[in-house]
Amino acid sequence: MTAPLVSVDRLVRTYRMRAGMFGRPRGVCAVDGVTLRINRGETLGLVGESGSGKSTTGRLVLGLENPDAGSVAFNGRRLPAMDTPEWRASRARMQMIFQDPLGALDRRLPIAAQVREPLDIHAVGDEAFRTARVEELMRSVRLSDDVGQRYPHELSGGQRQRAVLARALATKPDFLVCDEPVSALDVSIQAQVVNLLIDLQAELDLTMLFISHDLRVVRQISERVAVMYLGRVVELGNADDLFVSPQHPYTRALVSASPAPGARRGERIVLSGDPPNPASKPGGCAFHPRCPSAFARCRTEAPALVEVSPDRSAACHLTGLESPAAVALGAVA
Amino acid sequence: MQPLVSLDGLTVAFNGIKVLDGISLSVGRGEAVGLVGESGSGKSVTWLAALGLLPKTAAVSGSVKLEGTEILGASPSTMDRVRGGRVAMIFQDPASALNPVLTIRRQVGESLALHRGLSGAAIHAEARRLLDLVGIPDAERRLSAYPHEFSGGQNQRIMIAMALAGNPDLLIADEPTTALDATIQAQILELIRRVRRETGMAIVLISHDLGVVAENCDRVAVMYAGSVVEEAPSVELFDDPLHPYAHGLIGSLPPIDGPRRRLTAIAGTVPDPKAMPRGCAFAPRCVHAAALCGTKPPRLRAVGENRRVACVIDRRARATDIIGQAAE
Repeated sequence: MTAPLVSVDRLVRTYRMRAGMFGRPRGVCAVDGVTLRINRGETLGLVGESGSGKSTTGRLVLGLENPDAGSVAFNGRRLPAMDTPEWRASRARMQMIFQDPLGALDRRLPIAAQVREPLDIHAVGDEAFRTARVEELMRSVRLSDDVGQRYPHELSGGQRQRAVLARALATKPDFLVCDEPVSALDVSIQAQVVNLLIDLQAELDLTMLFISHDLRVVRQISERVAVMYLGRVVELGNADDLFVSPQHPYTRALVSASPAPGARRGERIVLSGDPPNPASKPGGCAFHPRCPSAFARCRTEAPALVEVSPDRSAACHLTGLESPAAVALGAVA
Repeated sequence: MQPLVSLDGLTVAFNGIKVLDGISLSVGRGEAVGLVGESGSGKSVTWLAALGLLPKTAAVSGSVKLEGTEILGASPSTMDRVRGGRVAMIFQDPASALNPVLTIRRQVGESLALHRGLSGAAIHAEARRLLDLVGIPDAERRLSAYPHEFSGGQNQRIMIAMALAGNPDLLIADEPTTALDATIQAQILELIRRVRRETGMAIVLISHDLGVVAENCDRVAVMYAGSVVEEAPSVELFDDPLHPYAHGLIGSLPPIDGPRRRLTAIAGTVPDPKAMPRGCAFAPRCVHAAALCGTKPPRLRAVGENRRVACVIDRRARATDIIGQAAE
């Protein structure tokens, strides 16, 4: 197997926050020891609820934030420190797409000028080359020529997200981080953009980190999927198997919570309680207060992410054991 | 049997631009009806118009009957009794629907005083019961808390408690779980199902999420550009959609298991209400569109016993029907 394009090793990111104006500042650990590998040409999906640290992970992987511990290597080399000339040059190789395209576009510039901007910044080719490249990019994201002269407010949501995508692809990046790129779009438009991303990924041999809360979209687009809960990866596996045979109780609940038209597989699992505040994370396994099969060990010891079968890792004391009943017996003995 | 609420030819225009075009829909007692469609399809406007909640600039016409009595254009005092008392509504963003400077007791108590005529200790006891019912732990203490002290899911539970305060016959839930996380969405939908079982209340669930609607509704109406394009029992709709738009919408949803297939995205975008196509509003995006589709909008017509569809080239229709329509 070839070396991964992106390898993330035990990343930690802690934010300082105060409770109230005079409260003592305390650390909120948004990302807590995340290790991931993304192979060249692969799409890794990252799912989780709000506060799970998936967006922070995306930003850390791109080097838009400095981690407190751990490292990110791109193409075998450690990412340069933020705001250095090397770091700036590396931006051309890696790009990001956000949820809200209107916020990501400059409202006072026509679309073509914005798509062209990265070419000017990174001094790619001459005048004629840049103009030709913009036309090529607009075609590749299936936007008609006249859209280039329009302003963001004149475009529909789907067209805006295509424009953002064209701009991200301008410098021919190797790596793309997509943070909820289709969540704000209507279902039929979402399908257009998902199909486009899949096509472009194949055409350009892109490597992607695809962040979303939507399991269906993530499965559609990813080869492998990582599930995050409160700053940690709790399960990682092949996209096709992961949602069919989830091993971690949280993944199981997440799959069960995804509403499906048509027949329901198995019993519905409804978790009690809210996801805990990242600022006051429970001890032991962070999921134990909501876990239907938690036992004594879960309250004291945080499980590590270990391989449970080929292509599947899970961070749960229960995996590898036959059934919760067997665990109960084991606990008694 | 007389339906609980029936809309007939409900039409809404803002500044002369028609956004809702002759909606006819009924909700039976205790029934769960889903309303799906993309943004701008008019699914929320339908119920805001029916309950007289649109601003004065909106021109509303047609008929809205509550157990046979016309309520469209009824007096403000009648509507005050209908809203909250007979028909309650909850919205997508519970935090902005609650008053941030009033305690939960005051807000739940307001409905109880208005619609049930309770006062003093009776309000307190009933508000507590309602919070217990919607699953707010430690209800006694939390009655004196403010909305910011609750999570998003808990605020939606409080909204449901307030909606239940007037013992309504119908709850309109407008995207009640869209702003919530997946596991919290599952909790709120479970709560709505339980409340329905216990009170026998009817519900209209407005959502862009086909899965949410499929799992929680007996019957579903699909809306597109201000019209209902298909109406069917939910199982039949998802197994065998008849309208090309409904078909496209279901094909746009990635499967969660089984083989991956390319999504059948619907090309193009929703038409601008200011420049609606002359014929069928969906025709410019429709893969089956024929010359006939560009001439006049198709009417919703019955197909089989309990389905209706607004498409002239429905594959189930017999050739004679199509010719009959064309001749009209």
